[in-house]
Amino acid sequence: MRHKAMSKLDASVAIQQPAVAAAVSAPATVLQIFLEFLLIGATSFGGGVVAYLRSGLVAKRAWLDDKSFVELLSISQSLPGLNSTNMAILVGDRLRGLPGALAGIVGMCLPGGLLMFVVGMVYQQHGDHALATAALKGVAAAAVGLILATAVQLAKKSLEHRADAVFVVATVLGVNRLHQSVLRVLVVVGLLAILWYRPRTVQKEKGAP
Amino acid sequence: MKEIPALVRVFAYLSLLTVGGGMAAFPEMKILTVEVHHWLTFPQLVHLYSVGQMAPGPNMMMIVSIGEWAAGVLGAIVVVIAFFGPTSLLTLIVGRLWNRLANWRWRPSIQKGLAPVSIGLLLAGCFTFARGAVTGFETACIAVSVLLILLQYKINPALLVLGAALLGALSFQSH
Repeated sequence: MRHKAMSKLDASVAIQQPAVAAAVSAPATVLQIFLEFLLIGATSFGGGVVAYLRSGLVAKRAWLDDKSFVELLSISQSLPGLNSTNMAILVGDRLRGLPGALAGIVGMCLPGGLLMFVVGMVYQQHGDHALATAALKGVAAAAVGLILATAVQLAKKSLEHRADAVFVVATVLGVNRLHQSVLRVLVVVGLLAILWYRPRTVQKEKGAP
Repeated sequence: MKEIPALVRVFAYLSLLTVGGGMAAFPEMKILTVEVHHWLTFPQLVHLYSVGQMAPGPNMMMIVSIGEWAAGVLGAIVVVIAFFGPTSLLTLIVGRLWNRLANWRWRPSIQKGLAPVSIGLLLAGCFTFARGAVTGFETACIAVSVLLILLQYKINPALLVLGAALLGALSFQSH
């Protein structure tokens, strides 16, 4: 009996092994992690950071296979924080532990951070020029369209049930109409939505003979 | 210097609200940075946020400008650590526990439940933002055009934003 269980375990380990090996197929040093995320952080114009991450980490460096990339992305998306920085933490940690995670997030944030530091200084001095104000008015209006497009694309991808529409509307009304804090709306509507999708297996077990 | 503790508190708090993206925290960011602490005005916040959408990397790096205005270089550094620290730590921990969490009964419930809420927060943030950005017929036209173009064609949004900047510079100056 015991021997049988052991061999079964061995077999499952053997099956899992190639998947684990494929998950981290190319070795990476902390410096390489920093440089790759620095490159992604400096070139990912236009918001679609995920596409840049995939081409850099999966296609170019082969640090991850597609399956583990999607898995890490789903962790990133279900936690608070930006996808880009959460991915830097998860990928860096998986490749090289805590130093890798730090290298990833610092590389990711450095180029945009330096740029916005300079932009902030310039804007503070020249932001009230007529030409700058006029251009920024156009930019801000375009940003509204950009954010709405993101919302529509997300809704198409991840909303399945009629109840989802109720949760979306409740969240918007809570923040914009009732002027509740984002935290309160997040906790109240979030908990209701999670309870709505609560695990149903208990009921099935009850029903089973 | 005296603003540093407030910057840490505000941006660490905002950090935890960024469910589904940075925009989720925008309504609260407006209240705290504009109305409570007066680090900048609402139009300035709207401008910085929009310019930040064009910058590469994480699309919330405009927080650096707020930190810089409030407390100089130190303020800029403190804001980044406060804003990315808490969520990064959480992500690190959950990432390491993930294999154990993968079979947790409530995990799919949390993912399914938070999906509509995060879209709602994105929209709520967008509507708050739009109050400062869509101020008349022309700006509404730009917003709707960008939305329709992005839904219809695969085009780099940064190009559209740049186009809108040119359009704005050419047409709004006389207003």
